[in-house]
Amino acid sequence: MGNGEKGNGGGPMKILLMGNPNVGKSVVFSRLTGAHVIASNYPGTTVEFTKGYMRLKGKRVEVIDVPGTYTLEPTSKAEEVAVDMLKEAKEDPENIVINVVDATNLERNLNLTLQLLKEGIQVIVCLNLWDETKHTGIEIDAKKLEEILGVPVVSTCAISGEGIAELIKRLSEAKSNTYEYDVEERWTEIGRIIEETQKVTHRHHTFLDRLGEASVRPVTGIPIAFAALLASFSIIRFIGESLIGYIFEPIFVGLWKPVMVKLSAILGSGGFIHDILIGKIFLFNIETEEFIKGVVTGKMVAGSTVMVKTITGELVSAEVTIDFVQSMGLLTTGLFVPFAMVLPYIFAFYLVLSFLEDSGYLPRLGVLMDNFMHRLGLHGLSIIPMMLGLGCNVPGALATRVLETRRERFIAATLMAIAVPCMAQIAMVIGLVGKFGILGLGPVFGTLFVVWVLLGIIMDRLLPGESPEIFTEIPPYRIPYAKALLKKLWMRTYGFLKEAVPYVLLGVFIVNILYALHIIELIGRFLSPVVRGLLGLPNEAVAALIMGFLRKDIAIGMLFPLGLTMKQLIVASVILTMYFPCVATFAVLVRELGIKDMLKSTLIMIISALLVGGTLNLILR
Amino acid sequence: MNIIPGGRVAIVDLASMRQGEEGRVVRIEGGWGLQRRLEALGVRVGVKIKKVSGHFMRGPVIARMGNTEVAIGWGMARRVMVEVL
Repeated sequence: MGNGEKGNGGGPMKILLMGNPNVGKSVVFSRLTGAHVIASNYPGTTVEFTKGYMRLKGKRVEVIDVPGTYTLEPTSKAEEVAVDMLKEAKEDPENIVINVVDATNLERNLNLTLQLLKEGIQVIVCLNLWDETKHTGIEIDAKKLEEILGVPVVSTCAISGEGIAELIKRLSEAKSNTYEYDVEERWTEIGRIIEETQKVTHRHHTFLDRLGEASVRPVTGIPIAFAALLASFSIIRFIGESLIGYIFEPIFVGLWKPVMVKLSAILGSGGFIHDILIGKIFLFNIETEEFIKGVVTGKMVAGSTVMVKTITGELVSAEVTIDFVQSMGLLTTGLFVPFAMVLPYIFAFYLVLSFLEDSGYLPRLGVLMDNFMHRLGLHGLSIIPMMLGLGCNVPGALATRVLETRRERFIAATLMAIAVPCMAQIAMVIGLVGKFGILGLGPVFGTLFVVWVLLGIIMDRLLPGESPEIFTEIPPYRIPYAKALLKKLWMRTYGFLKEAVPYVLLGVFIVNILYALHIIELIGRFLSPVVRGLLGLPNEAVAALIMGFLRKDIAIGMLFPLGLTMKQLIVASVILTMYFPCVATFAVLVRELGIKDMLKSTLIMIISALLVGGTLNLILR
Repeated sequence: MNIIPGGRVAIVDLASMRQGEEGRVVRIEGGWGLQRRLEALGVRVGVKIKKVSGHFMRGPVIARMGNTEVAIGWGMARRVMVEVL
């Protein structure tokens, strides 16, 4: 049993799930573990892995979903992590590796199995995707395989749960290697095993097989890609808007607003504490349903109705109230922006992205985009960090790790940080310029796309070196396993809340302090030649640019009260995406690219932001 | 060099194979690093390989070995020599 000092350091026994990518490892993982799952980075790296817990004979056991690897002779950063994790687990003899094997690809998968057996750790083989062997015409003699390998072999179909109970029951039978073979002769050895254990008969093509082929052939694949992306965006928008319109806004307006209005009155309708917690209060004309400005006789108390003398000299009655978007208090805007404006879109985006990931579509999209991406100095698979970046730039920057060369990682990270807005920002831009429809949204996202392409072409020309070639497995299409998908969706959504809410609140707090100390006015005046002269924005927009270093969503939110024209809103939205990444992304990029390259990247960001902003200011009307 | 009926050389690189053609990998023209990378995904001397599809303008080649389907960049596919069956 476990020795307290070494290995697990007194912690629980560990079970490592190891296997090739796309073998259903994470489905096995979610079958074994409970609801409590943590995603973490391997120490000193940015490669993510998930761990959870299960009960085994009354004891709590740690289950680790190791990044997928084809071999223990690593060819990428993620594979290096897999090898390191194995090395660490080997230190305690009670730890177990569950080697998840794709039964439909036994030959290729056995390569890793044989390597694992050489490591001397306790192994149990989980022959997964057993159900798929039927239509692929494969018959495997699992008993025989167990005899040959000398470790337990359990056939499972993790999606339906078949065989999982058996796997858990037999975990204690996991053993270390008794199988001897010559490393040089590995493939001959594997060939021998295959001959003895596997029979291949006729393969029945399923609908998914055919769709699989159609979506990588260029003639059929490109229309399919367009349809898939269009459908994805429509679904995201539909879910996002519905969640806001039917759930989050009614909750805030119906339940939270009356509380805030009361609190505002209790706090005395003004003063430092009031402004930090509630923010500004506004005059709302009930008849025209818009916010108005004017002179009020007497004190403004939230919840009351007052007579307002407008600039034109008219006398109208208006309600004194708070506004969730403009007030800029911790309890008003600080909660409304992350929960009611951004969260619904984050949820919708990750739902669709997780589906695309788990179904196996993304590598196909990568193949189709390969030619195009080479013009930007990248290869097709770099579309995956870009797609992740649309959710949040942080995981996007982390995912550049799958790219092979430093040059590629630099180009991909820079392009993403400049021209790929995160979902938090997209949601706010939709809230801000969505009312102009395609006239407002088109120029914002169109400009960013053009910048993405042009900057890619320029960097490809200027940076020495070539873009390496794509080389990837194209997994068969699979219907995603709901439980694993929901787990991932929850982890990502929760991750957003955990990261975003504290930063948004901090941002709102800082803005209030900066305003109170008149610092924003000062910087605004100082930067006026650039902001007003070059970009055509009012000096106050500087506050949004400062906030953009911290969080882009709240930064865009700060544009609401400025009463900008459509053109100014477009320029400001584009600039806020381009000029600098948010602090969380910046920190990851520094770690990924190093200080020197990050400075280079930052220089490119600022220059291109000013160029593009200035140009937009000139050509838009 | 073998010539198959129709006058084509029997050993061609993967990029030059026709769509749907099948063969056996006989040689990988590259160093140890390339061989190891290809091997990890099952592209190695001796395996049966089928070209599923190519892409315009030297785009990636889609090939299938058993139940594994891979996308291989054009330049890399040029180094995988296949005896067409």
